Order: sequence, then structure tokens, then C-alpha cells
Amino acid sequence: MTTFTLNGRSVSVHSPPDSPLLWVIRDELGLTGTKFGCGIGFCGACTVHVSGRATRSCITPVASVAQAEVKTIEGLDPGGKHPLQIAWVELQVPQCGYCQPGQIMQAATLLKDYPDPDDAMINAVMAGNLCRCMTYLRIRKAIKLAAARMQERGAHG
Amino acid sequence: MSCHTRPDGPPYAGGYGVNTPFGVIYGSNLTPDLKTGIGRWSLAAFTRAMHEGVSRDGDHLFPAFPYYAYTELSDGDVQALYAYLMTRRPVSATVPPSTLPFPLSVRFLQEGWKLLFFRNRRYQANPSKSAEWNRGAYLSEALSDCGGCHTPRNLLGGEKMRHVYAGAVVDGWIAPALTDANPSPLPWTADALFRYLRTGVSPLHGAATAATMTPVIRDGLALPVVSDSDVRAIALYFSDVDHARERATDLGAMMRKAVAISSHRSEEKYDSDAYLYHAACLSCHANAASGPLPARPELALNSALTLAEPANFIEPVLRGIGSRDGAPGLVMPAYAAALSDAEVARLAAYLRRTRTTLPPWKDLEKKVSAARRDLPYE
Repeated sequence: MTTFTLNGRSVSVHSPPDSPLLWVIRDELGLTGTKFGCGIGFCGACTVHVSGRATRSCITPVASVAQAEVKTIEGLDPGGKHPLQIAWVELQVPQCGYCQPGQIMQAATLLKDYPDPDDAMINAVMAGNLCRCMTYLRIRKAIKLAAARMQERGAHG
Repeated sequence: MSCHTRPDGPPYAGGYGVNTPFGVIYGSNLTPDLKTGIGRWSLAAFTRAMHEGVSRDGDHLFPAFPYYAYTELSDGDVQALYAYLMTRRPVSATVPPSTLPFPLSVRFLQEGWKLLFFRNRRYQANPSKSAEWNRGAYLSEALSDCGGCHTPRNLLGGEKMRHVYAGAVVDGWIAPALTDANPSPLPWTADALFRYLRTGVSPLHGAATAATMTPVIRDGLALPVVSDSDVRAIALYFSDVDHARERATDLGAMMRKAVAISSHRSEEKYDSDAYLYHAACLSCHANAASGPLPARPELALNSALTLAEPANFIEPVLRGIGSRDGAPGLVMPAYAAALSDAEVARLAAYLRRTRTTLPPWKDLEKKVSAARRDLPYE
């Protein structure tokens, strides 16, 4: 049995210790916002936060998140109003939408590390999140919009 | 604790298998159970085991039990250990016999090993050093037995005393040199060592990922039993052993250089190894020019890439890093299911080639495949 925190709630799961965290979250815990893409950590669709860091859940054994805090797109903001989510809606970033939860989770870690990222940093950190609809330009724009708003909000307390 | 508790088993009840080059030796039951533990051991018998490596029944203990280090413990500390163990909950648990081949399994032959490699002695303070240094040396040598892993052993399993802390291989991992032969780009200062031993990670060196080092930090040296001041003393001692102060020149310049090395370079445009690295690793390991962040391990500063062998790079890539290892709570995915042997080998070769100026690692693919065979879930 593995115990960890999922979106602020303590959960204990019975999947074998080497089960990928992704399938534990989707199948055993029933949260399907996190997507399966490539299954080998190369597309980013399965990205969740472990202790606040974007992590590919499809190749992370559930045993390795014991006692850690896991957050999925459902838990990023209680009302779905994270500045990134607002910017995403405003700029109509998604096309098919499948990769977008992973994109947003990865972008949230990016903005935590680099509140005002330049293009090179966006490229470096977001390069592992693929989008087959090629929404990359809108993703970049939305990240910058969210960053600007978060900085403004920070500046005004 | 680490050697005398099997994974998820009752504390101190034994059964943990220690892999030695000679065979598997199982940690004995140290609970005060009368039949299977040490319940019938007197303080004198316990002291004799700790100081002389002789069991209550007169047999020689195998030197997998580090009596050659504990011999330096003061009588008072041996008494304290005895009192602690004798007040644990007794657990009835019989431990499997060792898998040592004949004649190594014959205990009286251990007499010869002792003649060659063992000296019965207590720790002698070095008067030319500070009290803190001496405390650190005592804790490191007599109690923690750091040399048990970090000092290479000769063919008979004796520590090579002319190569104290020169680094060794343990359970497929490298226990790096703790002397100035340690090849980390930035020297291990007392502050860096303290942070590493207390938290499991040094932002400018890397994280404790080895299956063997995590229990040392999370159990052996953990709060509340081991105070900050004791960990500081150990850190101070080793920062002297590795001459960190003399080697710590311009840390800022070295950090900036490392980040510059790691940042994207135009000549990598057609390098398929660089693409593999960018796709698999960069989103977590990229750092901006302003300097490396603690949560973004900077591979151009990472100790694992600078060692003579690639074990400490290959193991965490295949196994991943759990929430208990390294920086608390942070994990790295396990790439065993994602990357082929050839791909892990290419990543290793690429990082060694671009992040260090050291000669390339040899036979990488073979080593990755060997490491993969030892994985728990393969």
C-alpha cells in the first residue's frame, strides 16, 4: 500500500509499487484530467506536480511518491482560476485540448522558477511537452500573459 | 539500523542481506529476544563484540559487522548502545545463514583476517585539531563507519589503510572518494556537506540517490537523535579531509561557467544525442543564466558525471529517485521502461562529453544492461 496526498487529500492506494502514478490517478483514484500520451515520458501529456515540481506520471512508480504531495490539473486551483488557466481560456489556446493539462502543469512549474521567463527558458522547460495541433505559439503567448498578471498581482500585494 | 532491519521488517530484528563480494551475510537480530536476539548477552559480551568482533559464544564475527570501526567507540557509548538495544521490543526472528562459500564460512579462520587487518583500540583525540573536528572524526570513524563504504577494500575484504576514503563500489553504486581525489566540480565545503547530510541534497553537487546513502541520511544521521552540531562536526571533519577550503576558489565563477556549459549551443542543432537529452531531461534540468536553482539539478555540477565509472549516473536514470531520496518530496521518473540500453548509454556519453572535460566512459551499453538486470521490477 502506498500513501500520498492527492490535491490536498490523503489517499492510500493498493496498486503494486511499480504501477505508474498516471494509472493510479486515473484508474484507481478516478481523476481523468491527466492524460496518457506516449507512456515513456517523452510527450508531457501526463505531467502532474510532485511536491510542486512538474513530473511525468506515466513513468513514475507510485511507490516513489510515498508521503509526497501530488497535484493534478483538477487541484491546481480550487476554482480552475489559476492565472495560467485564465490566460489559456482568454487566448483560446487549445485546439483538441488533449495535451493541455500537461502543458499547464509544466508551465506552472516554469513560472514558479522563472516568474518572467524569456523565450529561451520557455523553450527549454516546455520542450518536453508536445502538442500535435501545434498550439505552441498560443501556449507561449498565454504563459507570458499569465506571467505578466502574476507579477502585477505580486507587485500590488 | 540499516543492516539489522530488513526492508519493512520490525526494527533491529535482523534479516537484511548485505551483499559482499564473498556472499550474502544477513544482519543478526539485535532485539532483546532471549532465543533469537541478544537477550542473554551481558554488557561485557556486547562490549567484546563491539570492540573485538567476538560473539557471545566465542565465535569470530564476520567483518561485514564493522567492529574494526566500533573498536574505537568509548566504553560509555558502547554502554549507551547496549542500554538502548536492551530496551527495544523483543522480536522472535531467526536470520538466514550466510551464503559465504567454504572455507570463508568457517568462523575460526576469521582469526587470520583479524591478525592482518584488525587492531583493538579506542579513539585517540588529535590534539592539534579542534574539539569539533575531533567529535566529527570520532563520529565518522568509530560510529558511522563512513570508511565501510568509502574506503576501498583489498581482495580479502580488509580496508586499504593507505587509501582511506579513496572511494569504492557498493551494491553497484560508487561511494565516491571523500578526499581531495573527489572529482566534483565544486569542492565539498563544510556547509555543502552539512546541507547534504541533513537534507539529502546539495544544490551544487547533487542528491543522495544511492540505495545505500538514503538510509544513512534519513535514518542513521536523522533528527531528533543526531543533532545539527554532530552533523556539522562530521561535515567539518570531511571538509578538512578533502581540503575543501584550499580548493574552494571562485565558486560564483564556477557556477556561471557550469550554467553556460549547459545552456543550448548552436552546434547541437544536428546532434541527435542532444535532442534525446532535450526531450527526456531538459524540462527539469534547464537553468537560466542567473544560476542553478536547487530544484533544478545542474548536471554540469553533478558529481555523478565526474566519477571514473558511470554507475551513479545509470542507476538513478533507470530507477528514478523516490520521495525519500535526495531532496525530500522531489522525485525523478524511472526511465528503465522508457529508454533502451543504447539510449541511456547515449545520454551518459553525451553528458560526459559536453558537461565535463574527462575521458569518455567505456562499454556504456554493457554497463547499462548489467545495471538493468539488478532492477527490482524488471
